Amino acid sequence: MRRPITARPAGFSLRRRLVWQFATLSVLLVVVLFFAVRLAAERASRASQDAVLGAAVIAIGDGIRPVEEGLSVDLPYAAFSMLGAMGSERIFYSLAIGPRLVSGYENLPQPPVAPGDLSPVFYDAPYHDSQLRLAAVTRRVLLDDSLQEVTVVLGQTRNGQAAIARETARSAAWVGIGFLLLAVPMALWAARAVIGPVDLLAGAVTRRGPRDLRPVRHPAPRELVPLVAALNGFISRLHSTLQLTETFIFEAAHRIRTPLSLVRVEAEIALSETDEEETRARLRRMLRAINESSRSASQILDHATVLYRSEQFEPASLDLGQLTACVLRAVDPIAEMREIEIVSSGLDLPCPIQGDERMLEVAIRNILDNALKYSHDEGRITVTLRQSDGRAALLVEDEGRGLAPGDDRLSGRFRRGSNVGDVVGSGLGLTIVEEAATAHGGSFILQSRAEKGACAIFYLPLA
Amino acid sequence: MRDLLLAIGLILSTGLSAPAFEVEQERIFGDPDGRELTILSTTDVPAIAPVLEAFASANPDIRIRYMQASSIEVYRAIHDEQAEIDLVMSSAMDLQMKLANDGYAASISPDPGGLPDWARWRDQLFGIGLEPVLTLASRRGLGDLPPPRTRRDLIAMLRENPALFDGRIATYDPQRSGVGYFLISQDSGQSEGFWRLAEVMGRLNGQLYCCSGEMIDDLRAGRITIAYNVVASYAARYAPDDPDLIRLVLEDYTFAILRSALVPVNAPDPKLATDMISFMLTPEAQRIIAASAGVAMIPGTGPRPSVYMRPIRLDAGLLVYSDQLRRDGLLAEWNAAMVQP
Repeated sequence: MRRPITARPAGFSLRRRLVWQFATLSVLLVVVLFFAVRLAAERASRASQDAVLGAAVIAIGDGIRPVEEGLSVDLPYAAFSMLGAMGSERIFYSLAIGPRLVSGYENLPQPPVAPGDLSPVFYDAPYHDSQLRLAAVTRRVLLDDSLQEVTVVLGQTRNGQAAIARETARSAAWVGIGFLLLAVPMALWAARAVIGPVDLLAGAVTRRGPRDLRPVRHPAPRELVPLVAALNGFISRLHSTLQLTETFIFEAAHRIRTPLSLVRVEAEIALSETDEEETRARLRRMLRAINESSRSASQILDHATVLYRSEQFEPASLDLGQLTACVLRAVDPIAEMREIEIVSSGLDLPCPIQGDERMLEVAIRNILDNALKYSHDEGRITVTLRQSDGRAALLVEDEGRGLAPGDDRLSGRFRRGSNVGDVVGSGLGLTIVEEAATAHGGSFILQSRAEKGACAIFYLPLA
Repeated sequence: MRDLLLAIGLILSTGLSAPAFEVEQERIFGDPDGRELTILSTTDVPAIAPVLEAFASANPDIRIRYMQASSIEVYRAIHDEQAEIDLVMSSAMDLQMKLANDGYAASISPDPGGLPDWARWRDQLFGIGLEPVLTLASRRGLGDLPPPRTRRDLIAMLRENPALFDGRIATYDPQRSGVGYFLISQDSGQSEGFWRLAEVMGRLNGQLYCCSGEMIDDLRAGRITIAYNVVASYAARYAPDDPDLIRLVLEDYTFAILRSALVPVNAPDPKLATDMISFMLTPEAQRIIAASAGVAMIPGTGPRPSVYMRPIRLDAGLLVYSDQLRRDGLLAEWNAAMVQP
């Protein structure tokens, strides 16, 4: 049997591509997650810390009041305490009237724009060796009979905020990495889920018999339906082409056989009417060729019959013994002509099977034909019907030349034994038998006997 | 005289490149040739000596150079002069907090033992011991009067017996003492009644002292009758069992300030200083400190704080007390109350 030709790989594996895509997507997701969470956390913590900082600077501003000696500020303990509780931040503040520092830290960065209304202005600026987030408000105070503007600046480092954002983003990244680790087996699983039905379909198609040209009805996922449809379309085209060919062959064989019979009759008459030795020899050779052709034609017909019937297989209950007896009676005249004795046994026992009568008849006749063909004149053929292990075995043994060593597969179409050059034959007989056996769920074996001759065994399951 | 001493001190300091800040006492513990650990502290030597000796005997190759100075001097040494000190201990919580906030304290990780959260500030300031702030009274001076239980009682007693207490009531001078200023700022924040007390003290010609020790000395000598706001560990040390001395734990509130330690960012040997802090937080060191203060900072190492005691937490809010404007305002108020026409 020839090995099926595999498709040329397109240079990539669907599975690997799927896994790679999945993994790449996950990595991308982790990176995006890390930065997105970091940004969000930074914004959220910045907003909440700004709110506290703003409240604190307003509280300081509200504590400013003029006294006789100048300015009095009641720095709110609670506001500083709250700022300190927000994380490990350092706190700086300054109160200034214009450029003059009244209290607090010197050279604290002043707001880029003067705070106009009551709400504080927020800004970032470096101070000494740290980066500060600052809030500033101004309050108008009556000092020495003139309205003076006091600017309150409150700043804090944001190391804790950055750390919180980093920490949050890092935990998000860990979640992402966990997802990534899960993604690889998930991708493999997904790839298998996708490839699985394709494999199943391929398996179902591969397991089919060589003559099984029924459309594929295996359940397939929606995405594979077009492929299955294409496959079925292809199968049906193949089927019809094959049918056309077989019909043509059947037709051709049929049309050849009838005129061949006529030619044979004419040749036989001519043979009986002529005395001329040379002409007779010629006629005999002609007859032999005609016989060969006519036999081939009828075997082609048989073969076509078996093929047709195995496709439209509709088994009926029948008795293999009776059927065999029937065929034996049909071949009896040929056997008698060559004085070959056919001994049968076991045919009278009931042997119920499910099968196609016409196909089985063709098969058995071909087995017997084969046996007769290779038997010597006055030889003996033994036909035995046995039943065991739920199957029936029809043994046909002859005393002919048997099989040449190495000829163990003779059922291929037009294949003949290596020791049969002198015997008329098309090589289709055993093909017919094997195909009939396969169609019935049975099998066919042809083997050499120990002493001489061959033994054909035709197995069929019992009903 | 003082100025002369200061001048001599300045000459000496410039001549010998000694620290520019004013050191009141200096002592060496342990091996004179060992690895040096410089400590600048407000705690006077006798109070801390047992702890330092224990550390020195546990680490025989260490030499501890212990310098005691006033809290303002300690603050200046680090903040203004960036003196090379390994370990700074001070009871002036506001100044310690300001040092930490302004970036002068290194982040360290000593073994905190059972140190409560309120007694540390991040990884920069570590509480070493509680120091209750008591009112001391002389039994002889009080005569038949019952010891006051609250500030209200104290005010009433002072008002009713002006002759008995005139010039015989003492407290810290907030202008000179960092702890004194810190205590009046706490008092003023805690109770409106404090200003009434200040006014009464002013009317009675209250005496102002720079240090607890002198107050206790004068109390025992019979020169004063009541000493308001005395750090308890001093009282315990200067008069361990004087039957004349009454320690008043006023029931409206009694502060306990936290002596805290930090390692300056420019410390020559931060590792050793961190080890020292770890040592001071061990149960054995804590037991010594608690015995001197009369109250345990870490539960289980000494007497439990009384129910009237309010330990002051290490908190960023302390920063407000070092504000110059606020300080000026508070001192003006204080002067107005104390110095009466």
